[in-house]
Amino acid sequence: MMRTATLLRLLALALLVSFLIVPQKFAPVFAPLTQYGAPPIYDQGNLLGLAIAHLGTVLLAAALSTVVAVGLGILVTRPAGREFLPLSRTLVNIGQTFPPVAVLAVTVPLVGFGEKPTLIALFAYGLLPIFENTIVALQTTPKAVMEAANGMGMSAGQRLVSVELPLAMPLILEGIRLSLVINVGTATIGSTVAAKGLGEVIIAGLLSNNTAFVLQGGLVTALMAVLLYDAMVGLERRVCRAVQVE
Amino acid sequence: MTSGAINPPAERAWPRLDRLGTLLVAAGAAALAGLPFVVVKANRLVPGEPRALTEVLPPTGSAACLAPLVVLSLVALFVARPRLRLAAALAALVGLSVTLALAADALTPPHNRVVRIAAGGGFWVVLVCLGLLATDAITRLRPGPGRRVLFLAGALTFVVAALASGFFDHLSVMREYQVNAERFGRELRQHVLLALGSLLAAVVAGAPLGVLCHRIPRIREGILGTLNVIQTVPAIALFGILMAPLGALAAAWPLLERIGVRGIGAAPAAVALFLYSLLPIVANTVLGLKRVSRAAVEAARGMGMMPRQVLWRIELPLALPVILTGIRVVLVQNIGMVTVAALIGGGGLGTFVFQGIGQTAIDLVLLGAIPIVVLAFCAAVLLDALVEVMDRVKQ
Repeated sequence: MMRTATLLRLLALALLVSFLIVPQKFAPVFAPLTQYGAPPIYDQGNLLGLAIAHLGTVLLAAALSTVVAVGLGILVTRPAGREFLPLSRTLVNIGQTFPPVAVLAVTVPLVGFGEKPTLIALFAYGLLPIFENTIVALQTTPKAVMEAANGMGMSAGQRLVSVELPLAMPLILEGIRLSLVINVGTATIGSTVAAKGLGEVIIAGLLSNNTAFVLQGGLVTALMAVLLYDAMVGLERRVCRAVQVE
Repeated sequence: MTSGAINPPAERAWPRLDRLGTLLVAAGAAALAGLPFVVVKANRLVPGEPRALTEVLPPTGSAACLAPLVVLSLVALFVARPRLRLAAALAALVGLSVTLALAADALTPPHNRVVRIAAGGGFWVVLVCLGLLATDAITRLRPGPGRRVLFLAGALTFVVAALASGFFDHLSVMREYQVNAERFGRELRQHVLLALGSLLAAVVAGAPLGVLCHRIPRIREGILGTLNVIQTVPAIALFGILMAPLGALAAAWPLLERIGVRGIGAAPAAVALFLYSLLPIVANTVLGLKRVSRAAVEAARGMGMMPRQVLWRIELPLALPVILTGIRVVLVQNIGMVTVAALIGGGGLGTFVFQGIGQTAIDLVLLGAIPIVVLAFCAAVLLDALVEVMDRVKQ
């Protein structure tokens, strides 16, 4: 069972990479979708470059949200920040009702067109799942473990770094995975505000009524999201195992 | 070590400074001092000139307007009772809005319909700070589901009445509304219709599919996996991909075209939203049914109920809160995603958002974005309350 899944994943990865490197080879597949001799493969830019730019924006945003969200999560679960905890929980709930498009739309007027508003919107939107999971994880550290750490004479800082955070890692990683997958899709909307990314391909297709372009942009984005999801699940399993062994 | 957390806080003669209050008051005061309160634009497209609050209103006027804010700051810093904090925050919100409206009136030359007065960074930061204070107070009060819905309805009525009174008409967002009033109503209706319609279709199709997945474990992985993959296709792409087959359908059967099935417009958006909505509904139906205790099902069977009766009278009612949670996720997600439908001519409030982005007219963007956020928020509050009530009934 496991082996077929791995094989499928490798196949998907190979398909994605080969499409991005030699897209013209796939022209016959997409040709039936075009009309009036329109180009079957996106020709207004380098697909590989766009995919890398897309992924770069998403990863950068995710890295920033991870640092900020985990930092804030630690802060509100310490005795000094406990007053902020009820508000943080409510904010996470409210924040997740904000549609990503609205976040993007409101950012544009503030910072102008291009990569910046997309990065900010992805960052803001990515914060929530990570923050939520960090809080939950840090609050559910087993009492016995905490007391054992205290009994060993660990300071609060030592306990955080060598006990609480490692135990929280699987849940934090799950939060990062959620925000990554959402953001790979959301980043396509960034192209409406002139950010470089795979949304360009989709929008070019919508404007020229070329379904082949739309399909290419959509499939490449979806494949990237699925592969990222799988990679993160794999990472989570490893971390889980490592934490349990310790 | 962690003695602070273990020992109960000592009684103090002096009220201690509230940490959250200190942070928010400091942020709000800094924003009022350092950021423009309003931005004045000669027309809707040119960049604006920033104005601080003190430049806009005469000293007595700004003092009167700032008084509620000063009172609120004191309450936020020293008073711990959530009820008082909430009242002060709400009063300050009203005061802040009135100040903004007065500033817009003062800056608008008589009979000038071109100049635009928009809220500046200072206003927005203070608004967020006040919102956070009010939210914190409400969270601490822990109102029940009924109270929450009532509070939301009250707040909405108040805001709508205030906007309808014409008191805020000189503000740029309201100017944009006046220009687009007729279209606004239509797009709002279209937005709600698309979000609710696709949700309804997804419930009608998804709940039976969920029951099926629960009964036949063999097909569960496959169906949930497929729906999971659909979720990863970005919304604009799925909209676009569906345009071709729907266009072909409409061309082949003119009857379909007459009932609204077309390659562009609302049809591909509705189908795409339906597809996105399926996963949370099916997955939560499966989860809800799985959680129904075996004992309850066995007892019902023992009483001689037919399998169908067991499903309708025992399993589905017990699974309802979990299914409702899925419906909440879908509705909030749909309200956000309908926005993107505007890109393929599907209408909805996204029309204003993308038109505004195209014209770099922030007021138009806000005219679309603010109602979307409000709609999503209301949907979340309403359905959360419903889930809570259902949970109580079940127990």
